Amino acid sequence: MKKNDWLLAAGIILAAVLILAFQLVQDDGGQKEVAVTVDGEEFGRYSLAEDQRIDIGGTNLLVIENGEAKMEWADCPDQICVNHRAVSRDGESIICLPNKVAVSVCGGDEPELDGVAR
Amino acid sequence: MRNRAAFFGVFTALALILSYVETLIPINFGIPGAKLGLANLVTVIVLYKTDWKEALLLSAVRVVLAGFIFGSLFSILYSLAGAILSLSAMALLKKTGLFSTAGVSIAGGVSHNMGQLIVAMLVVETYQVGYYLPALLAAGTATGLLIGIVSQGVLKRIQSLHFT
Repeated sequence: MKKNDWLLAAGIILAAVLILAFQLVQDDGGQKEVAVTVDGEEFGRYSLAEDQRIDIGGTNLLVIENGEAKMEWADCPDQICVNHRAVSRDGESIICLPNKVAVSVCGGDEPELDGVAR
Repeated sequence: MRNRAAFFGVFTALALILSYVETLIPINFGIPGAKLGLANLVTVIVLYKTDWKEALLLSAVRVVLAGFIFGSLFSILYSLAGAILSLSAMALLKKTGLFSTAGVSIAGGVSHNMGQLIVAMLVVETYQVGYYLPALLAAGTATGLLIGIVSQGVLKRIQSLHFT
């Protein structure tokens, strides 16, 4: 191990921490909902506040419970989305690649602007 | 030179076996795409013992074969993007001569994850996967460091062997 190796590792970890901090700051804890897209096209938006079960095109089953969304079932071979932990924070997402299904959490309201330059 | 094909076959087999061993390790990092990258061990060693062209060919062959045996067409697409980016980064870093095997391997691990993330963004057509960026950066550093240290140990012991 050379000194440069540690510098490289430290630099990457620092970048990771900064990005994480930035993501956490952006999370405002407001009313949340999940946006479901299939093959890049919007399938629907569902509030995280109410418990519900959503059938996504017959290939995936999304369950919203206690303010968290979880992929309950999928017909894909790898089952990565099913094993994924429940999501609730702004920007978190569950992706089922074989079925091209993406579930992402977003703040319910349109993001407020800090200011607009005219 | 006439042994080149034979060595290449042996390394491909070794990389495939490591890919298989990896599927047996039930470590779930909680992040899709994060794994140990055991097969990268062979890539790093070949990169140091021969040249980047050989290592690139080996990664490509390994990814395609492992994809057909243990994965799916999707996993080939991801791994290929990761492998190519990873090898480019490793070859460049090795060329600068500023880093040891560990540093080169860390760059490889991290850029492998970046490659996969980029493909995921393109396939799913959402930028939300960027959420995993910090986790994948950290995971790539950790696994890259581990693989780099092991590679260093192996390379030290096979100094007298020449594969070209």
